[in-house]
Amino acid sequence: MNASKVTTLPEAIGTHVHDGATVALEGFGHLIPFAAAHEIIRQGRRNLTVCRMTPDLLTDQLLAAECVGKLVASFFASGSAGSLYEIRRRVEQHDPEPLEVEEYSHYGMYCRYEAGAKRLPFYPLLSYVGSDLPELNPRIRAVESPYGEGKVYVVPPLNPDVTVIHAQRADESGNVQMWGITGAQQQAAYAASRVIVTVEEVVAPEVIRADPNRTLIPAHAVDAIVPVPGGAHPSYAQGCYDRDSAFYREWTPISKDKEAVRAWIKEWIHGTVDHADYLDRIGAERWAGLQVADAPSGEVSYGRRKS
Amino acid sequence: MTLAADNPAEELSDLPPSSTEFLATVAARELAGRRRIFAGVGLPTLAVDLAKRTTNPNVELVYESGVVGAHPEAMAEGIADSVLVSGAEAMLGMDALFGYVLQGGNVDVGFLGAAQVDRVGNINTSFIGDWHQPTVRLPGSGGACDIIASAHEIFVVLRRHDPGALPEQVDFVTSPSPVRARAQEGFHQPPGAGVTTVITPLGILRRPDRFGELELAAIHPGVTVEQVRDNTGWDLRVREDLVLTPRPRVEDVRLLREEIDTVRLYLR
Repeated sequence: MNASKVTTLPEAIGTHVHDGATVALEGFGHLIPFAAAHEIIRQGRRNLTVCRMTPDLLTDQLLAAECVGKLVASFFASGSAGSLYEIRRRVEQHDPEPLEVEEYSHYGMYCRYEAGAKRLPFYPLLSYVGSDLPELNPRIRAVESPYGEGKVYVVPPLNPDVTVIHAQRADESGNVQMWGITGAQQQAAYAASRVIVTVEEVVAPEVIRADPNRTLIPAHAVDAIVPVPGGAHPSYAQGCYDRDSAFYREWTPISKDKEAVRAWIKEWIHGTVDHADYLDRIGAERWAGLQVADAPSGEVSYGRRKS
Repeated sequence: MTLAADNPAEELSDLPPSSTEFLATVAARELAGRRRIFAGVGLPTLAVDLAKRTTNPNVELVYESGVVGAHPEAMAEGIADSVLVSGAEAMLGMDALFGYVLQGGNVDVGFLGAAQVDRVGNINTSFIGDWHQPTVRLPGSGGACDIIASAHEIFVVLRRHDPGALPEQVDFVTSPSPVRARAQEGFHQPPGAGVTTVITPLGILRRPDRFGELELAAIHPGVTVEQVRDNTGWDLRVREDLVLTPRPRVEDVRLLREEIDTVRLYLR
């Protein structure tokens, strides 16, 4: 039995996330690590290079809390909920200051994690031919195919100091299982020097080992496991609770008003001691509205050798 | 409207062409016969849902979140909605979705929204104005720049039809036309045909030639050719076989309002 990696969120963030670090916070519209990001805000981290394919309102919050020095991303809105105004103020009005942005397409950003995880010097893709994105971002470069089929664009590896993700469950040694939309989490984890995983539930090793195909990130790639039920709110955890779409809609008017965003952060993040406290204030009624009906997967048998 | 008297299901709606219902119905008709659709958020969501119920029951819906063969029980509020995952035929990782399904050449139509589309079908979803300090910071590429490279063709729905949305040249090329890709000499050319169809509140523009320009192919009821040309940022060519867009059926509007977007998220 491996040593337990279970710890608390203040401990995990305090130990692994330092000022000036490159931090990937992944989760593609699902399993977004909000609780961990809020703890980064509570601990007052500064000058982080935040990497996220879809910044989401999590990045709006990190920006307003002055944690971010640079943003590496491939989309700058919030899905159905529209604009992220803290990002827009920084980019359009340089208010309170310009934001350094390194911008890719989704597949380009994904390929950066893939190259990072595989320790490759670059990764090729068919995108960008004729696009202005390589001029906007000179890190997108071209190489000549050694097999004579012309030039292709490549992206550089992305190797975060820390990758922070949220998952449905893990065992205490750090075998992480997730299902539903799994985004770039596996690649971002293997690309990073340190990996923090918040989970809805820490389960017994037998639960993990009864379904090994569902383990996306084995224990050897994980440094900290933190049980944080509800840790993806207002995004969701498939099978556990649904997205708080009303919260996303409510964010738009908050985000539009620079002072309102700061007041929100003061009240809901600095004004709460931890995520459990935050969820308490969200309220039982609102939380009950996010509960989902059960829809279990069919069971498969892995079989075992008869002795 | 003699048909209407004979067959109530074919009764036609008099909603204006600028309405979301009208645009979604036109888009759903355009999807007839297409097999595998890579759908974006917003109006494309309504159109693919309507197409599945009317013009194209066998359409396979693919989303950049990794969902393949979605069978949502409720309307998706975004491409990562849990309703797209529950009951889907497959959930793939991003390597498989972007790498094998899309770049591997398995997507028939990429269905995108845009702020600007220009004469040869370049798409801008990044910036209005100067890139370094834009007037408006738009959402950026997301998957769009990857989708246009490899989907067999691209449909775009625009909510506005004016010279700002349809300029001679876009302010920033997020997702390039094959015309612009070809101009970059020495590059391995991506296989996609680029934008073939643009649906607007005034009509339908088509670009049948991979290296050609957009042409006016259909006008909506009550719209004149002059009106479309005056509201387009270049000297828009009008096809000789120009047609009048049929109105949506009352049944299409009912499906959109009462069965698809019951919370009026995209219908306003």
